[in-house]
Amino acid sequence: MSEAAAVTRAGPQGMVSLRGLPEALSGPVRAVTGFDLPGQRSITGGFGGGAAWMSPDEFMLFCPHGAAALLVAELTASLGTTHHLALDVSDARAGFAIDGPACRDVLAKLAPVDLSQDAFGEGQIRRTRLAQVAAAFWMAGPELIQLVAFNSVAVYVEDLLRQAAQDGPLGFYSRT
Amino acid sequence: MSARLAQGGRRIDRTRVLKFRFNGQWMRGFEGDTLASALLANDQILVGRSFKYHRPRGIVASGAEEPNALVGLGKGARFEPNQRATTTELFDRAEITSQNHWPSLAFDVGAINAALSRFFPAGFYYKTFMHPRPFWKHVFEPVIRHAAGLGRAPDAETRDADSYSHAYAFCDVLIAGGGIAGLQAALAAGRAGARVMLLEASAHWGGRAPVDDAVIDGQAAGVWVDAALAELSALPNVTLRLRTMVAGVYDHGYVLAVERRADHSPEAGQARQRLWRCRTGRLVVATGAIERPLSFAGNDKPGVMLASAVRDYVIDYGVSPGASTVIVTNNDDAYRTAIALHKAGQKVPAILDTRSQGGGELMDASKALGLRVLTGAGVAAVRGLSSVISARICDAKGTGAVTEEIHCDVIAMSGGWSPVVNLWSHTGGKLIWDEAEAFFRPDASRAPIGADGEVNAIVAGTANGHLDARAVLRDAHAAGARAAAEMGATGSPGDAAQTDEAATLPIEPIWVMPEHASDAKRAKMFLDFQNDVKVADVQLAAREGFESVEHTKRYTTLGMATDQGKLSNINGLAVLSDALDQPIPQTGTTTFRPPYAPVTMGTIAGEARSDTFQPLRRTPIHTRHQEAGAHWEPVGHWRRPYCFPRAGESIEEAVAREITTTRTSVGMLDASTLGKIIVKGPDAGRFMDMMYTNMMSSLGVGRCRYGLMCSENGFLIDDGVVVKLADGTYLAHTTTGGADRIHAHMEEWLQTEWWDWQVYTANVTEAFAQIAVVGPKARAVLEKLGGMDLSADALPFMRYAEGKLGGFDARVFRISFSGELSYEVAVPAAQGLGFWDAVARAGAEFGITPYGTEALHVMRAEKGFIMIGDETDGTVIPQDLGLHWAISKKKEDFLGKRAQSRSHMSDPNRWQLVGLETVDGSVLPDGSYAVEDGVNANGQGLVQGRVTSTYHSPTIGRGIAMGLLRHGPNRMGETVPFNRVDGSHVLAKVVSPVFYDPEGEKQNV
Repeated sequence: MSEAAAVTRAGPQGMVSLRGLPEALSGPVRAVTGFDLPGQRSITGGFGGGAAWMSPDEFMLFCPHGAAALLVAELTASLGTTHHLALDVSDARAGFAIDGPACRDVLAKLAPVDLSQDAFGEGQIRRTRLAQVAAAFWMAGPELIQLVAFNSVAVYVEDLLRQAAQDGPLGFYSRT
Repeated sequence: MSARLAQGGRRIDRTRVLKFRFNGQWMRGFEGDTLASALLANDQILVGRSFKYHRPRGIVASGAEEPNALVGLGKGARFEPNQRATTTELFDRAEITSQNHWPSLAFDVGAINAALSRFFPAGFYYKTFMHPRPFWKHVFEPVIRHAAGLGRAPDAETRDADSYSHAYAFCDVLIAGGGIAGLQAALAAGRAGARVMLLEASAHWGGRAPVDDAVIDGQAAGVWVDAALAELSALPNVTLRLRTMVAGVYDHGYVLAVERRADHSPEAGQARQRLWRCRTGRLVVATGAIERPLSFAGNDKPGVMLASAVRDYVIDYGVSPGASTVIVTNNDDAYRTAIALHKAGQKVPAILDTRSQGGGELMDASKALGLRVLTGAGVAAVRGLSSVISARICDAKGTGAVTEEIHCDVIAMSGGWSPVVNLWSHTGGKLIWDEAEAFFRPDASRAPIGADGEVNAIVAGTANGHLDARAVLRDAHAAGARAAAEMGATGSPGDAAQTDEAATLPIEPIWVMPEHASDAKRAKMFLDFQNDVKVADVQLAAREGFESVEHTKRYTTLGMATDQGKLSNINGLAVLSDALDQPIPQTGTTTFRPPYAPVTMGTIAGEARSDTFQPLRRTPIHTRHQEAGAHWEPVGHWRRPYCFPRAGESIEEAVAREITTTRTSVGMLDASTLGKIIVKGPDAGRFMDMMYTNMMSSLGVGRCRYGLMCSENGFLIDDGVVVKLADGTYLAHTTTGGADRIHAHMEEWLQTEWWDWQVYTANVTEAFAQIAVVGPKARAVLEKLGGMDLSADALPFMRYAEGKLGGFDARVFRISFSGELSYEVAVPAAQGLGFWDAVARAGAEFGITPYGTEALHVMRAEKGFIMIGDETDGTVIPQDLGLHWAISKKKEDFLGKRAQSRSHMSDPNRWQLVGLETVDGSVLPDGSYAVEDGVNANGQGLVQGRVTSTYHSPTIGRGIAMGLLRHGPNRMGETVPFNRVDGSHVLAKVVSPVFYDPEGEKQNV
């Protein structure tokens, strides 16, 4: 059975949860990370370096594993007395990649999200569920989806994704 | 006899022979056969027995409406009962078994029910089994359960060998049904540019049109279908799916469809079925129509079939259901069957047309072929027991006097057509009675409505009541174009295909044949073949006062079988209307509900089986616990070690050893599942004061405080240690089960009530592994790791410090849930396993033991510490638990404060927490009640309290318990009886809940 897309577990990632009002955060975030704060349901970059919109007052910053504590310190210094919350949450989530022409089809078996090119192009992120657990994923390339889920369910998520990939393409988003 | 014809069969490939077994006997079919066509090709007319009377039953239909031909398919781990032979594709080496018979299909003991059928009238169960009541449970029910039911369940030991999958899909226009209407609608919507899904339940596009010789755009229907498919396949915005049945339509354009991917190739290794969970802007219902049976005596005998099914078998599969077929009809359509049979070289001795003037062009064509047409004629009776020998002919409008007997082995009947309105009805679309065509069709003025208040379902073609191809195509084109336009597609839908249609004469409904048949004959006219509901049953129900069609359905079981009334519904309610002497629209119809046809459980479960049945949450140290042979306990979705039994050790022995080792030396616990919520902001102190009953804003940096959280109704919902990490920043520990719930609780108050407070929260539970090192040697163990000063002076009880401990990034909390000297150390989750191992190594010289949740529970109970979910159950307030000290009297407000001042909450008669010691040292039963004399208004014994936690304490050497007892704290030393399941009682002495180290000296060293 040919796989529709390759599922791989991403190595340890640096992740910083950042809460605050976008207008207050955008300057310091750009100054510290070089990334513009993304708009609603958007992401710039991805694993290793990036900034993702998580909710109207919550963002996730990506950096190399081990660099998150420094990033938090820099953000905290930069934001000063501005009301915010910056936390190193690197180990809270596990990362995955779904790589291949049918990556959208693989994910469509598990997440109730419109994954069509028009609705979910590169630079789009969704926080939703994967079967029975919470997950967030984004288009990191034309045929590459990156995904995070909580660490405690990483085995479950990996099982889900591998099953979905082994079952072959849906032929829905990827027409063969 | 039924047989394969020498020629014909547009769906079969005669070069590919498939072998299969029916009831153990080898048979041969062709690729493209359904189980039904293959069985007929092997002269297997008898395929099952009915539900109630076990009457012999044959194949009636050729589609999803089939009520009789339900078979067991496969064996062992792939056995599945109740598979519809007419819609199941034949595959090589299929194992088919007939159902509902004993000891054999040909000879069935249960058929004796039929001989007693006059003792089994409508409502029989209701009438018979009410009295005497014990008879129901001990006599009637076991007998009925043995005799009733269709297929057998798969063997208990087998596990479904197949896998299943779900898929989420989104589109503008979802079209249910791939006949010419569905194809035409898809063309219109697809050309216009809408995102289209076209789903067809069968393995073939085009529906009935090719069988019925329709001519479209000047070509045979099949040619037009191929061209339409080619055009649709080239459109990137159109998804086509065969073998995909729309099963249900729900609110807001949510549509469930079942794709049969490997039913016909079970060993192929891909998911057998896929459940498509679609969200569509507009649904186009193009589900066609189903032919109705006619109600004449003996119409249930094997060999009596729908006329359309007979020609389907001839044309699609090259199978003739009989050598000699009598047609009986009240409309023009059945003449097509006569012509098809004649063309295939089969005998059609007579066409009985109940209409006195007969039919239109198709009748003329039949006559031109030399076929004998008897107008105004019907069937009075069918001769034959488990097959048809002859049809006895009578005047359709008379009493049933036989005018002639015609030998035949098949009777092909047509009582007209009913649009398949099921999907339209699923979300509330209403129907209207069409007097001219004698059917219910969708009422466009009362269509299903979507979330935006707009009509979101459009019905098209035959499903909309159009029986001629020209109207079908026009209607479907308009439906597709409208759906696309309403979804914002701006392209041109093109033109509808063109066709002509034969001139027909109208149908004349005949609900009972002959119209003035005797009661005896009516008792042999079957409406619902699967459930054995007859004309006489419905008439009896009407006489007994069942006027509502819904009540009649339940009383008689009409339409309650697995076919859900697809054949019986209209005929049944027409008979009911006649019996009630009211027009059919006044009687109305029952409402169709999902699914359209049964969906197997595996498909609904999808990926949720075996390893992915449920998400299993693992702590960062899970693998080490597994290696240590942990005995697991599910805690929510978490798996936590209950204890760590060593070789030869029982569970109880392991728990006792873990407790003793911890109390005398040192133990270690994986506490990673504890909730950890960060609360930060200028208003964080104020917020924490509202969340907790005690004062949190006064906490100094680096200090810990145990706190209680109540709901706004005053009930205790969670507890845990709060740590002040920095000015304006708190860490709130919650219970394992409370992590998500309490975080949501905090956010709800922040977002809905105190939206102007400057507070942010974050649930960081999974970012950390947390390990408790507990016991008199705990400090010695951690000091061996080095890096932090953990002495009593540097880190007193209820303090917090951060640093590098043995090279790990550690947050050390000096808190205790066991009463011992105890440190809880949080490290980043990725360092958790390494830290666990480091502690184990350092503790080896002290005999350190990992301990599980049970030791944790026993040790906290020995100290009288409460556990959320044991001592609390949603009705308990902190005051019940003697926790007054944790309720601030200084604070103006906190969640629960006002509720706790209500009279019921301050009632001195509330049950309150005490310790309990059995007089005989035994362990009190969990959940046991403290009983007292007397009974309540319901005659139940009075109670005065209950056990909330109960354990054997290896430390104390006896059973200890906590419980809630009326006036408990004032009754120290009293002996109270607690009940056991066997009705006896155990005496327990009321004591302080703190059994161990009441002064708290051990934790404070």
